[in-house]
Amino acid sequence: MSEGTDRSESFDDQDGREGVHGDMDEGVDGNGAGHDGLREDEDGHSGMHGDGHEDVGSGGDAEPRPDGSPRIPPPRASVEDTGLPLPEPAAAPGPAPLVLEHRVLKSLLGAWALAACSADETTAVEEHLGHCGSCAEEALRLREAVGLLHPAESLDLNPTLRTRVLTSCLGRRPPRIPVPEWAAPYDAETARLDALLQDIGGSEWHAPVRLRWFEGDGPVSRRTTVAGVIAHLLTVDGLVAVALGLDDPLGKADAERPTPQDRTEAYWRASRVPPTRSVRGPWREQSHSIVRTVSFVEGGTSHAGETGGGKGSGRLTVAYGGFELPLSDSMLDRAFECWVHAGDIADAVDYPYEPPAPRHLHRMIDLAARMLPVSLAERRRAGLSAPPVRHLVAAGAPGRSLRLEIEGSGGGEWLIPLDSPGAVGSAEREVAHVALDGVEFCRLAAGHVSPEEAAAGQDGDREAIRDVLFAAASLSRM
Amino acid sequence: MATQDAPPRWDRKMQQRLSRGEAAALGELYDRFASLVHGLAHRVLGDERAADGITREVFTHVWENPDAYDPKQGPLRSWVATLTHRLAVQRLRATETAALARGGDGTAEELERKVRSASVAARADYIVTSMPTPLRAALELAYFQRRDYRQAAADLGVTEDEARRRLRLGLQLLSTAHDTGPTGAPPEYGGAR
Repeated sequence: MSEGTDRSESFDDQDGREGVHGDMDEGVDGNGAGHDGLREDEDGHSGMHGDGHEDVGSGGDAEPRPDGSPRIPPPRASVEDTGLPLPEPAAAPGPAPLVLEHRVLKSLLGAWALAACSADETTAVEEHLGHCGSCAEEALRLREAVGLLHPAESLDLNPTLRTRVLTSCLGRRPPRIPVPEWAAPYDAETARLDALLQDIGGSEWHAPVRLRWFEGDGPVSRRTTVAGVIAHLLTVDGLVAVALGLDDPLGKADAERPTPQDRTEAYWRASRVPPTRSVRGPWREQSHSIVRTVSFVEGGTSHAGETGGGKGSGRLTVAYGGFELPLSDSMLDRAFECWVHAGDIADAVDYPYEPPAPRHLHRMIDLAARMLPVSLAERRRAGLSAPPVRHLVAAGAPGRSLRLEIEGSGGGEWLIPLDSPGAVGSAEREVAHVALDGVEFCRLAAGHVSPEEAAAGQDGDREAIRDVLFAAASLSRM
Repeated sequence: MATQDAPPRWDRKMQQRLSRGEAAALGELYDRFASLVHGLAHRVLGDERAADGITREVFTHVWENPDAYDPKQGPLRSWVATLTHRLAVQRLRATETAALARGGDGTAEELERKVRSASVAARADYIVTSMPTPLRAALELAYFQRRDYRQAAADLGVTEDEARRRLRLGLQLLSTAHDTGPTGAPPEYGGAR
């Protein structure tokens, strides 16, 4: 069996649980006996069950139908349908009629029922059916089976169905080990992306995708493929996996620094061939493991512990090589990245892709808003934005603030302290007001739209507004 | 498609996790079987919203009764398919009966015929998706791409004998969709009732 036809299957069935699957290659010489619940008796009859009553083609070879005249529906494209005169078996001066043994005729029944044999063979089979009861019976049965084949309906599952079904289930029987609330966006987004991947065809895995983000004062990008994007998600989600004590998907490949970008480049470098759709399995398995593990690590409680002390305390952090995030924020970050890159993939293969559920979107926006003060401070240190010369504030004190108003579902309002990450946002000291649509803000924070082009309503201190929009774009990374 | 083999590890672990009340396990269960469940329900009921409803019922049932599944009886996939089939056929019969009672046209026999053909079609879908990939690939070439068995053999890189064998075996499996157990339970889903 060629790899190509098998791949999608091998993901679904990676643990080989389907007893009847696989191994047919071994039956190449025509004997499938003993294969996983499929058995063939000496006549080549096959049934799926051991008890015999399900056996197909029941009725022995020698047993003709009671009325002796099986009604066989005509083949879809047999000579009868052509309107041409049927070859006359008796008139032998032309090409001699094909003479085939019973065994061969019987083996042709499937192909005949599908109108997939030659005209000569069709004639030979049909002539045979007139006087062989068992073959006639099987032929009828197989012809009826052909009528059951229909093209797979390409029904995309409504992506919101998952949440509806799970919520309904959990309402009926509350879980003893819930998925923490802050892990729900990651759970939902990885499921959504996986559903998209399920639908895309083999060649689309190699469709070019440009990863885009923002560095310093401008956009940067890196070219890869759909499969390359999944490899990227796999390796960066791997930072969470490692923090949780799970296997590192990077394996032995060496990243210069444990940053998302270096890890991704290392993964891409380490494989001799570009990533293929086979990366989907490991990525999905890892995302499932992460959701499962955080349910246990946090013991289902989402409130952070007061003291440190490792697992179970809610103080687990994820190191991104250069900065770190609490586990709960890291999971939101990964959910956000998953959505953003799913959007990149959807664009590349021309599929529609919706934003996350409003309450998930809200959490992602909230994370970005909370990260803005640090991003502002970093840009300032790097000399990329105006220093707060006259505005130094003590940690914990109210400082000059920008009101970030996010419109649309999932939106809200945030007061961003401008002068120090330690300062507290203050309505009294509001110096500027920016209003953006939630999805537009996320595109900005993902580096998919530049600060100059982001559609934002602005009011107040222009420099503060510029700094905050650039700081938002600077949250993006590969 | 029950086998005598030990139930695969995934099925057993899944059942244990569901029993334990692990919400993450429910998510994984959905991710693995939702399209199977929804597809079968849709084939029986021919309606998106009704199929959504059956999908909810099936997962709720599994989540509320994780111990109803016995790994020794066969794969979880078959069990879930059987459950789906039963609930979907039940719903179809109920809606059709209600329509008949409201004075819709048709007879009780037509209703039974309709239920039966929907049921057979869903079973056929399941058989096709569950049959060994080589058989499915051969059927696909011969039926959907209209290749004759010699061309199919060449496409698949197998002998002509083998191509003929796969087509015949594939159709034989498919034809079992017509078989119904005494209770109306589809025997080839295996396991559950």
